[in-house]
Amino acid sequence: MSAPLVPADEDALAAAVAAAHRSGETLAVEGNASKAGLLRPVAASRRLSTRALCGITLYSPQELILSARAGTTLAEIEQAVAGHGQHLIAEPPDFSALFASTAPQSLGGVVAAHLSGPRRVAWGATRDHVMGVRAVNGIGERIHSGGRVLKNVTGLDLCKLLAGSHGTLAVITEITLKVLPAPERRATLVLCGLDAARGVAALAAALGSPYAVSGAAHLPADMAARIPALAWLDGAVTLARIEDFPASVAYRTQRLRDELAAFGAAEILDEGATRAAWAALRDATPLAGESGAIWRVSVRPSRGPVVAAEAARALDARWFLDWGGGLVWIAGPASVAAHAAVAAAARAAGGTCTLFRAPAALRAAVDVIPAEAPALAAITRRVKAAFDPRSILNPGRMFAGV
Amino acid sequence: MIAQPAPKDDVLARRPAILAGLRALLPETGVIGEPVRMKPYETDALAAYRQMPLAVALPETTEQVAAVMAFCHREGVRVVPRGAGTSLSGGALPMGDAVVLGLMRMNRILEIDYADRCAVVQAGVTNIGITQAVQERGFFYAPDPSSQLACMIGGNVNMNSGGAHCLRYGVTANNLLGLRIVTVDGQVIDIGGAHMDAAGYDWLGLLTGSEGQLAIVTEVTVRILRGPEGARAMLAAFRANEVAGACVDAIIASGIIPVALEFMDRPAIHACEAFAHASYPLDAEAMLIIEVEGSTEEQDFLLGRIKEICRNFDPISLRVSASAEESLAIWKGRKGAFGAVGRISPDYLCMDGTIPTSRLAEVLGRIAQMSAACGLQVANIFHAGDGNLHPLIMFDANDPASFHAAETFGADILKLCVEVGGCLTGEHGVGVEKRDLMGVQFSEIELEQQRRIKSAFDPGWLLNPSKVFPLKPEVPLAA
Repeated sequence: MSAPLVPADEDALAAAVAAAHRSGETLAVEGNASKAGLLRPVAASRRLSTRALCGITLYSPQELILSARAGTTLAEIEQAVAGHGQHLIAEPPDFSALFASTAPQSLGGVVAAHLSGPRRVAWGATRDHVMGVRAVNGIGERIHSGGRVLKNVTGLDLCKLLAGSHGTLAVITEITLKVLPAPERRATLVLCGLDAARGVAALAAALGSPYAVSGAAHLPADMAARIPALAWLDGAVTLARIEDFPASVAYRTQRLRDELAAFGAAEILDEGATRAAWAALRDATPLAGESGAIWRVSVRPSRGPVVAAEAARALDARWFLDWGGGLVWIAGPASVAAHAAVAAAARAAGGTCTLFRAPAALRAAVDVIPAEAPALAAITRRVKAAFDPRSILNPGRMFAGV
Repeated sequence: MIAQPAPKDDVLARRPAILAGLRALLPETGVIGEPVRMKPYETDALAAYRQMPLAVALPETTEQVAAVMAFCHREGVRVVPRGAGTSLSGGALPMGDAVVLGLMRMNRILEIDYADRCAVVQAGVTNIGITQAVQERGFFYAPDPSSQLACMIGGNVNMNSGGAHCLRYGVTANNLLGLRIVTVDGQVIDIGGAHMDAAGYDWLGLLTGSEGQLAIVTEVTVRILRGPEGARAMLAAFRANEVAGACVDAIIASGIIPVALEFMDRPAIHACEAFAHASYPLDAEAMLIIEVEGSTEEQDFLLGRIKEICRNFDPISLRVSASAEESLAIWKGRKGAFGAVGRISPDYLCMDGTIPTSRLAEVLGRIAQMSAACGLQVANIFHAGDGNLHPLIMFDANDPASFHAAETFGADILKLCVEVGGCLTGEHGVGVEKRDLMGVQFSEIELEQQRRIKSAFDPGWLLNPSKVFPLKPEVPLAA
């Protein structure tokens, strides 16, 4: 592979892609490559990085709007919004530890990989807050969708299509996000010693309460023991987070404790422990030291425990649940058989799964994302061609041959 | 008037065979061909545009939709999907050579799951019908467009409808989990499901707001939410639009996101007061309705803080509701705004641009200048938290010159919205109404990119034709 292309601005990036389109040279699209281990390995003739496209281009706190070039580090953006008492709504995770990467993740990478943290269960995913994108398609043409306002239904919503497209349709060059005021206080209600089914039932009651729970997770004892803020509880933990003004947090935590009394006496984690525990959950740090493969299963929340039990039965698995049970993190052996078992469990539960981290050989050998039904797969190929007719952008990253 | 393409003569000539073909696929009452019975389908809520369709098909199941689509695809017949026909942008306007595919008979709620906080409903269930089905357990479906008593979820999905509470709860796209769709050639595909994040491309996000251009939606899995303990509104009136705008900024900057933050200008206040007698302050230039949620104590805390902020902006009046009844009274005028304007003007156009909220005062000033210049009155209602502006342009539809002036005025307002950094439509959709303005917001390269996506789903361009995308110059126009 020749030296990576690192265009200095959108013009140069468009020119580089246009040249590749003409020559048919394939491009591995990346920001800082902190998530290069995600999905299928890309065999491309050249790497194209957005890392030189950096900087916040617009931040209007009272309009809840922030725009930044794709290569801007997430850390820079989080620092800027924190300076105005605001935060990124979907709580994007940092999987540096999981992927053993030291590179800072870029905004473009977070959006292109469509990563959301624990708050997703109540406040929506990263793509729900992408209000606008600028991008360069596989022909080298510059396109935009959405804008810098909070409500916009003009034309097809390419913001959502490009979020989660892993650089296979277009190279995102700039992103506009909706941001919100950060809560002044946070606390977590902890129920101890529940099994997964009972824990998820408690989380369903919490999320179905009027107290605006913003995080809902369940960890078996072995996983909880790996998070210092939770280890002292010495067993399985079921967590419900509340974030708001201090008086509201105090009031709602108390009410929720009363409402969940049937599930046992609850402990309350304070601000510091809450921050630490949810950061660890967000970044899946309990699984970071695992040596095998890691899957993320997205499923109807009440089926999360079923998927976890099936994984534990079929393979040597460690797991925990976020999103009220709707997100099952599973670690297990990096084998075709283990992948097949996890994928089957997800499918049987009516959900979907992603082989999130694995050795390249396994990621090349299996469907890292379940194959689409034939009618949809045909649309996928046509939409890919509508953006990237010569298949030069991240070929095969999501689906073999696409 | 916005030009419509000429119908395909060969399709018109085959009308009897097409009607017979549809009748073979649907129950006896499911196909309408008589002009007098097709009359209700000739327009939607953009009533200045009317066109009798070729036929109306009213399927009752996804399988019937698939059969109709496969048939129309084979026959090369265009299809216009329709829910309740409440589109303000002409999204359901028929064409003379098109079959209207009405989904209103698909009106069943298939599943309600409180533990997983979702419901599966057919496309013809009304927006309010979802909330009504779950409210006994304290749940609701969040997006609340003004037409929510009538409009249907299938239409909401296709137009990505908003409402007064999207600042807190998001628009339709943010409240969906899954869709069952029928492709243009009659294949049934499930997108997403009851789980939160789909692997693969975000087809759910692309289909939402696609205005019937990509596929027919027959079933929808929506998120249902537990309602708050309570909600309460307050009213604040100010001496100038820019003062009210600055107050909105100050509220948001304080860290409070009210669940609703509605702005009305002087003409809107007067029209609504005359209609609803809500005790609105008639000496104000601008008025805000601000709603918060939570327990009584939480409401007191938030309204107290907001009241303190409002006091910094020399308000003419501040009225904090003490009860649910008082809140309803404050909302009464705003909710009746369309009726109120309808009372003082024979007809009105409801526009729907979005602007950066920081440009509000400037935009209202320029709209006032345009109004004076063209001689048509305008009342402005604004979802102030998210910048979605609804100017109501008053005109007389019996006077073609008045209608033409209103359309031109409306187009100028939307161009202004784009000029200041906003967009042509915040929640009503492009439809027919804004089709020819798309070039103001998108380059030809961008429109071609969108057209190629349309072609990927609908290679023959049979779905909801002549909307959203400006017509190509080579398309022959209707006389």
